[in-house]
Amino acid sequence: MLRYLIKRILFMIPMLLGITLISFIVIHLTPGEPGVIESEMNPKVTKEVRERIRAYYGLDKPLHVQYYMWLKRIVKLDFGVSFASDRRPVIDKIKERIPVTISINLMSMVLIFIIGIPIGIYCAKHKDTTIDKALTAFVFAGYAAPTFWLALLLMMFFGVYLEWLPISGLKSFNFSELSFFEKIIDIAQHLILPVCISAFGGLAGISRYMKSSLLEVLRQEYITTAYAKGLPEDVVLKKHALRNALLPVITIIGLSVPGLIGGSVIFESIFSIPGMGQLFYMSVMSRDYPTIMGILVIGAFLTLLGNLLSDILYAVADPRIRIG
Amino acid sequence: MTLKRSILFLCLFFLCLACTRSKDPKFYDDTGTPAYGDTIITGSIGEPSNLIPILATDSPSHEVASFVYNGLVKYDKNLKIIGSLAESWDISKDNLSITFHLRKNVRWHDNTPFTAHDVMFTYKLIIDPRTPTAYAGDFLLVKEAKVLDDYTFKVTYDKPFAPGLISWSTAILPKHLLEGKDVTKSPLSRRPIGTGPYKFEEWIPGERIVLKANKDYFEGSPYISRYIMRIIPDTATMFLELKRYGIDMMGLTPLQAIRQTDYPAFKREFNKFKYLSFAYIYLGYNLKHPFFKDKRVRQAISYGINKKEIIDGILLGQGVEADGPYKQDMWAYNGNVKKYPYDREKAIKLLQEAGFKKANDNILYRDGIPFEFTILVNQGNDVRIRCAELIQKRLADLGIKVKIRVIEWASFINEFIDKRNFEAVILGWSIPNDPDIFDIWHSSKQGKKELNFISFENKEVDELLVKARHTLNIEERKKYYYRIQEILAEEQPYTFLFVPYANVAVHKRFKGIEPAPAGLMYDFIKWYVPEKQMRYR
Repeated sequence: MLRYLIKRILFMIPMLLGITLISFIVIHLTPGEPGVIESEMNPKVTKEVRERIRAYYGLDKPLHVQYYMWLKRIVKLDFGVSFASDRRPVIDKIKERIPVTISINLMSMVLIFIIGIPIGIYCAKHKDTTIDKALTAFVFAGYAAPTFWLALLLMMFFGVYLEWLPISGLKSFNFSELSFFEKIIDIAQHLILPVCISAFGGLAGISRYMKSSLLEVLRQEYITTAYAKGLPEDVVLKKHALRNALLPVITIIGLSVPGLIGGSVIFESIFSIPGMGQLFYMSVMSRDYPTIMGILVIGAFLTLLGNLLSDILYAVADPRIRIG
Repeated sequence: MTLKRSILFLCLFFLCLACTRSKDPKFYDDTGTPAYGDTIITGSIGEPSNLIPILATDSPSHEVASFVYNGLVKYDKNLKIIGSLAESWDISKDNLSITFHLRKNVRWHDNTPFTAHDVMFTYKLIIDPRTPTAYAGDFLLVKEAKVLDDYTFKVTYDKPFAPGLISWSTAILPKHLLEGKDVTKSPLSRRPIGTGPYKFEEWIPGERIVLKANKDYFEGSPYISRYIMRIIPDTATMFLELKRYGIDMMGLTPLQAIRQTDYPAFKREFNKFKYLSFAYIYLGYNLKHPFFKDKRVRQAISYGINKKEIIDGILLGQGVEADGPYKQDMWAYNGNVKKYPYDREKAIKLLQEAGFKKANDNILYRDGIPFEFTILVNQGNDVRIRCAELIQKRLADLGIKVKIRVIEWASFINEFIDKRNFEAVILGWSIPNDPDIFDIWHSSKQGKKELNFISFENKEVDELLVKARHTLNIEERKKYYYRIQEILAEEQPYTFLFVPYANVAVHKRFKGIEPAPAGLMYDFIKWYVPEKQMRYR
């Protein structure tokens, strides 16, 4: 087990290197350059000024030199300074945005599991009933409906029409003047729509996963045995079937770790949530190479880590894998 | 009893909340008297990047900075240059130097006095090659800058330089906070300190920026005590926020202005203002293209395009036809040039003169080559894409086959414009307040990344542009620009399409707003909310 682990971890190094190399080349291949993109076609920005800015960013050096310089910094965990005109350290920009994204994603993930798993179980238990079909239709509708459209409709209904919920942002603008209790209510009000909408889209995956996995287990002979020896349905389901059926769900938990830091651009833009999705989008649009690379490296690292984690969890939960 | 009382109190409280949004349609009609207080909340799609304006190229940064900093001069409502930090200025007889006489009682927001040394420092900072600024161009033309005394600053140019004076509207930065430090790492980029009507208060990243009134502002304290810019990246969301009274002011698209805000509750709460925006949209031709070399072909297309239909159909009437590179309310605008009203017959005649003949497939041919071309449009600009479609339809009617290609901005510029790899484009220019258009039309400006990408060459225009640039006398300058517009109208290197209106909704409680050629915000410190109508305390 330990040797396997070490092997896996060592294998991650060339993988990460490869990922960064490919990303670095691809983002530098896209037309356009940082800093000057916004001022493209601006009569006040002369050619000399442009050259000066290029030299300032080190963009006048060949690509492999630029990559080497970047790599030299990154092994020391130095993500560099953003090319956006705020010129702040990349790590600060990421740090500032990561908590928001993670907390919203965590909340919606918890909501997805809390609602999605029971739906899956119910559908497996009552397969092919009307309610099963209705629930399936419901979760698929959530999966299929474009987030931005749904978000705008709900914002119009709850925000403009009923005036119950705030439309966008995370806090009211007089937040600092509120009492502690009011602050909690204020944040909760702001979070209801974004969390619910993002959870709605994720229900389909987890509930279908749960349903098919449970159905699979219910077909097994040991379940028949359990029924045969006269156990009540509740016990069969909870004690024998569910435990085994939950195994694949563990994989999903592991795989959703990298998803926790990646926010959706459209979603965050619509709700004016200053999260990672927006940061990534803006850095791509302004060709802010250090920020793009920073986010990609963190994302790649978490993906690899998530894969490893789900493998380990799987082995811990299922003796067949651990031993076999 | 106490419970009952608190419930009663709560009810009253909510009632009061409801009061502030009175259903009385006349509630905001009373203009009252100017009073200090209240907050204005605006929305911005992008977050400012850097509040040291010389380092930023994005408009949100400049918008916030314009409240915090001052230049030596500024434009008044009619785009006349007036003093800001400079009380007055003299221009030497040979038109080569400007001597600024600065205001004496101005203090930075940290209470340090403002002097000519700050101006000198700003100038040196801008021309310093280590400063990554996009705005060094105008200042590199300064031959000599001198501080004569604490309140007198003199600059000298090699040649008289007409845009020189207004270039000093650039934000003056505090020497005492920046000298000897790396400007790119200065905390001022996140917490600016200036001399302007508003002081910086806080910046919550990704959420908002708050400014508060500078009570000691040299032109008098602004009435509105706080200015908040909320960052709302999605325009649809911003519009909903406006409807929900989450923001007080927003620029509207034609569709929003005409159709989506035309209901009583909105009209009760908001005023809509309209002024000509500082931009025009054009169809530009690659003048190296064998067909577009011929003036008659370009004129024919201009006759063949129905500008009125574009304005009515796409802008819902929110624009005026453009017939040159300026907008109608500028002093340099010449309305008396050749115009191109929609005229199909004239267009066909001109094309025939140019040697085009219609074949059986209803397409024009010259020497066996069909008249086909592609219009490039940048992605995400719906108005321009739809313009291209209307133009396509009108030109098909003449026998010209037009294709439309939509391309992402960066590749649009780098792969097509810079490499001259295009036949025609629909683009827009912002119209500068100063009429100098040297960079766009002079034949020397055809290099890579330069702006005369259509390869326009006209000796007379070249001469006039240079002359106009080096003449300070407005009447004389005007003559040159009038002539340039006549030539451009005759030559039609672009088909000038339209100047759009800017439509802005502002909450009705704000009074003292007057749209003018300079826009809306030129006199922001004079805006006020009457005591009774204030919403935020």
